[in-house]
Amino acid sequence: MYHRLSIRQKQIVWAWAFLAVPIVFYVVIRFYPTANAMVISFQNWNLLGDRTWAGWANYAKLWNDPVFWKVFRNTFVYLLIGTPVSLVISFVIAYHLDRLRFMHGFLRMLYFLPFMTTAVAMAWVWRWFYQPVPIGLFNNVLATAGIPQVEFLRSTTLALPAILAPAVWAGLGFQIIIFMAGLRAIPRSYYEAARIDGVSTWTILWEITLPLLKPTIVFIVVFSSIGFLRIFDHVFNMTTNDPGGPLNSTKPLVLMIYQSAFTDFNMGYAAAQTVVLFLILLIVSLVQLRILRDN
Amino acid sequence: MVSAVAEIRASSKTLLAPGTPRKPANTGQVIRWLILFTGGVLMVMPIAYMISTSLKWPHEIYNLALVPNEPHLENYTYVLEDGRFYGWFVNSLVIATITTISNILFDSLVGYTLCKFRFPGRYIVFIAILSTLMIPTEMLVIPWYLMSQAFGWLDSYWGIMFPGLMTAFGTFLMKQFFETVPDDFIEAARIDGLNELAIWWTVAMPLVRPALAALAIFVFLGNWTAFIWPLIVTNSVDMYTLPVGLSSFGDEADVQWELIMTGAAISTIPTLVVFLVFQRFIIRGVVMAGLKG
Repeated sequence: MYHRLSIRQKQIVWAWAFLAVPIVFYVVIRFYPTANAMVISFQNWNLLGDRTWAGWANYAKLWNDPVFWKVFRNTFVYLLIGTPVSLVISFVIAYHLDRLRFMHGFLRMLYFLPFMTTAVAMAWVWRWFYQPVPIGLFNNVLATAGIPQVEFLRSTTLALPAILAPAVWAGLGFQIIIFMAGLRAIPRSYYEAARIDGVSTWTILWEITLPLLKPTIVFIVVFSSIGFLRIFDHVFNMTTNDPGGPLNSTKPLVLMIYQSAFTDFNMGYAAAQTVVLFLILLIVSLVQLRILRDN
Repeated sequence: MVSAVAEIRASSKTLLAPGTPRKPANTGQVIRWLILFTGGVLMVMPIAYMISTSLKWPHEIYNLALVPNEPHLENYTYVLEDGRFYGWFVNSLVIATITTISNILFDSLVGYTLCKFRFPGRYIVFIAILSTLMIPTEMLVIPWYLMSQAFGWLDSYWGIMFPGLMTAFGTFLMKQFFETVPDDFIEAARIDGLNELAIWWTVAMPLVRPALAALAIFVFLGNWTAFIWPLIVTNSVDMYTLPVGLSSFGDEADVQWELIMTGAAISTIPTLVVFLVFQRFIIRGVVMAGLKG
């Protein structure tokens, strides 16, 4: 039977044979759960009892939940501080590192090393840094310098940036490496031509380097934004005694989802939050691509 | 993008060739180096303090000195004697390894099929797989949990692993790289009478080894450090992965920071060592995956 097929027909048979298992996987493990999450978001369910239709009740509850708006704000604060700060720091480091030859590989290794760490482990290390005297490293340094103590993780205003810091720190290495690859891809002849024309270094940076780095910048902005909008590991591990605390001041959306689903077992409410997260990620990515591509 | 990078590398090498006069190091360059060096040292400080504290006695953790007065391995003996960390380490290793192998096989097989075969429905399959990139994992954890509960996958290796056995990112990455394999090679193998499975495995796969390595690094690291799904799907302490175990251990150890730092070091040092050994290779892989994926 198979032998009678033409070469083209044989290829079709092979292609679908190769794709059979993966297609089952994607349908069962990706598409069905996506649809399922959307369906559950319109239901009331506590895992034990019956599922009942709730209509838009879960979304209405979310809209009227002051904790959700607090969490919504926090999630965007993580994004709006984390993304620009890590973008600027990583560009500045990559720009200067690119111009150094002496021990270049060693310096690059120092900056990249944090990217290879486990977020959970490093969250605990930073949590220790933030402890009050005599335990915490930062407060010990402040005490030695005669500066008053800072209540990093116990402060409702400072806890969020304190948790964001290790997340930014761990991501820098990746962004620096990507920026350096982008910088190397700019033809040297452009710089040489500009130099012959006597253009200043500053003008070269603004008129040649940054415009030509645009694809790299777009990639890093979208990639790191998605990361900050989904922040969880650091927050959870740095506030295990009161996840998202103090007073919900550090709680991001993913942590609220986790608690609604697996602490309160309110599956419908949690599913509605995941749909909101999906929409936020989609809209933020599309807006960024639109703004950064055209411009 | 990657080929452009390679080209520029070559040209920057010629710039530094002996023929061209090398500028002597000026003060500006020295200052730039010193600032970047200081920054780099600060970057590794958290890692250095983690390791240093894991070698200190409890009374010493208040000491800011990076080098312990009396370095010792008691903390490691204590933490490992307990046995749980050993189990979590094995769990993480097994799960990350199997997931990596699965991704290497399936992502490349799908990527290869979508790249080198012409068949009706090809475009739809490609778009469908690509579209899953937009769906955040967090949206799927609730359905995955319900599925695991229904099929009895909770608290098992399979339960931890199944969501990550194939990834759209890996498939897309491999498809991009199979574009670089000339169709003539595949055609020639076909004329030699190799079947399609053999062509993929013996002709195409060896030609994309660097991409396979890049994929392996990303998948392994991703699963080694994964937290939220293993946290949800495991109940018993024996089934925890390293990050989940470390998180519960941290709570339990409370103020014994030298023990927490030891646990953190145990889960971090393996990937750091692998990185230091394969440094150039890993950085190239990260750039490749970052720019193509």
